[in-house]
Amino acid sequence: MKIDQLSIFLQNKKGNLYNALNVLSEGKVNIRALSLADTSEFAILRIVVDDPIKGRKVLEENNFIVKITKIIAIELNDTPGGLSSILKILNENNIDLEYLYAFTHEKSEKAILLLHTDDIDNLIKILKKNNVVIVPSNEIYDL
Amino acid sequence: MIWNKNSECMEREDLEELQLKRLQNTVKTAFNKIPFYNKKYSEFNIFPEDINSLNDIEKLPFLTKDDLRESYPFGMFAVDKKEIIEVHSSSGTTGKPVVSGYTQKDLDIWAEVMARGLTMMGLDEDDIIQNTHGYGLFTGGFGIHYGAQKIGMTVIPISTGQTRRQVEIMNDFGSTGLIFTPSYGMYLGEVAKEENIDPHKMGIKSIGFGSEMWTEEMRLKIEEIFNCKAFNIYGLTELLGPGVGVECIKQDGLHVAEDIFYPEIINPKNKETIKNGERGELVLTNLYREGMPVIRFRTKDITSLKYEKCECGRTLLRMSRITGRTDDMLKVKGVGVFPSQIEKALLKISRIEPHYQIIVTRPDLMDEIEVKVEASQELFFDGVKEMMHIQNKIAKLIENEIGIRVKVTLVEPKSIPRSEGKAIRVIDKRNLK
Repeated sequence: MKIDQLSIFLQNKKGNLYNALNVLSEGKVNIRALSLADTSEFAILRIVVDDPIKGRKVLEENNFIVKITKIIAIELNDTPGGLSSILKILNENNIDLEYLYAFTHEKSEKAILLLHTDDIDNLIKILKKNNVVIVPSNEIYDL
Repeated sequence: MIWNKNSECMEREDLEELQLKRLQNTVKTAFNKIPFYNKKYSEFNIFPEDINSLNDIEKLPFLTKDDLRESYPFGMFAVDKKEIIEVHSSSGTTGKPVVSGYTQKDLDIWAEVMARGLTMMGLDEDDIIQNTHGYGLFTGGFGIHYGAQKIGMTVIPISTGQTRRQVEIMNDFGSTGLIFTPSYGMYLGEVAKEENIDPHKMGIKSIGFGSEMWTEEMRLKIEEIFNCKAFNIYGLTELLGPGVGVECIKQDGLHVAEDIFYPEIINPKNKETIKNGERGELVLTNLYREGMPVIRFRTKDITSLKYEKCECGRTLLRMSRITGRTDDMLKVKGVGVFPSQIEKALLKISRIEPHYQIIVTRPDLMDEIEVKVEASQELFFDGVKEMMHIQNKIAKLIENEIGIRVKVTLVEPKSIPRSEGKAIRVIDKRNLK
């Protein structure tokens, strides 16, 4: 159920994002979703790919520092209010989100939201209790 | 003005006679009272009675900072601890710091040499001296303080920092003498201008510099800012503190208080004495110290000595300003920093020593130090908060080690250039040579 996200350390320098993405492209690793947290000096690139093990391997071979972080994906209606209804649940249950990012899924007209908190199991428990659809990891990898 | 004509204008023959007598006494005391010297000299098969001329000092083994450190804290004292009335300490480098102990007589001597120095700089009992050197374990603050008081000057013991207040006091109290590190002096001048106070009109008579590498251009700049002459003051905690050598009004080298300190220049490679006036490493001996006589201490500072009589009338030899180090010590904001200290701090955060690079700059008159550290699995977290936290933590650990604040930047692995496999540790962009 949990997705293996790759977190990559980058210096905030021209060309560094390209270098990392180029390594993945040459390794034939496909990116499903991407987000970038940046400061004036460094950035953390977070990506979900079709094959996290391979993705990590090619990046590390090229001197990138990679950490695998567990995140979860949920499905919501791609309509106004879809995202806020989820955040409301999290808020009411005192969940402190570390970060989230989202993408839309062409086939199903659904939006996919990727979430990370320190206590991911608790997050899953609460989402299930509130009948939120959690997307299995394989489905995300094979989109 | 000469503070102590008898001592400062002595004929060389008489001076050498006095130096020999004091050296013999010092070696005898050290051998009899300090186990370290007793053991070491016995190992070298050299005894106090072997010192029959000043040249015989070359028979004695050198003393290093490591030797002093191993005697931490009070192992080098020659007197009972109750006779020691003050201690100072230099920053620790790779281990414990070096402690320097003073009896009442030692403090009097320290005051004496600094009184001579401040007089050389053209100051006297009518002057008000603003001492921006830190008061504390560092010897800079107290050394100047004791010397100025001995002369009868009015001392403003303000220490470093609070720059706007410094300027205000300078202006309101009518300070005529200033003591600062060159970079802090430049900064003071800038702040004064910002406060609409013209440093030219402050009536500053004389400036004393200490504890920082500087260039002739920096001196000229400071002299221009404050419209007065600026003089170099040299000293080391191990030997007493500031006052080992001070420049006179001729600004052509620092007069070493040779009746109190015996200077030698050695070739740092083969450790042979250099007598022809060429550059080398300065080696110093306390000739007249009770609490903790230091004999043949390798300062690691590069300088040269000249014996010609100075136009100021003093016969004491002159050493050139320090132009370098024989080790990898950097002077940043007046503080000695060794790359090994940074390494030590980094090892506290990561089991494997990360590659790092120290970059020293002087972007805006003040020194700045940045440490670039290559990130690793251990030093990378999937959160900006955690990353900022680790950078701050590294900066704190380094600050604890070296005593000054640094900027820490995590960089990508292998991004620090390496030469022959080893990372280039230090980049000094200040251009001080």
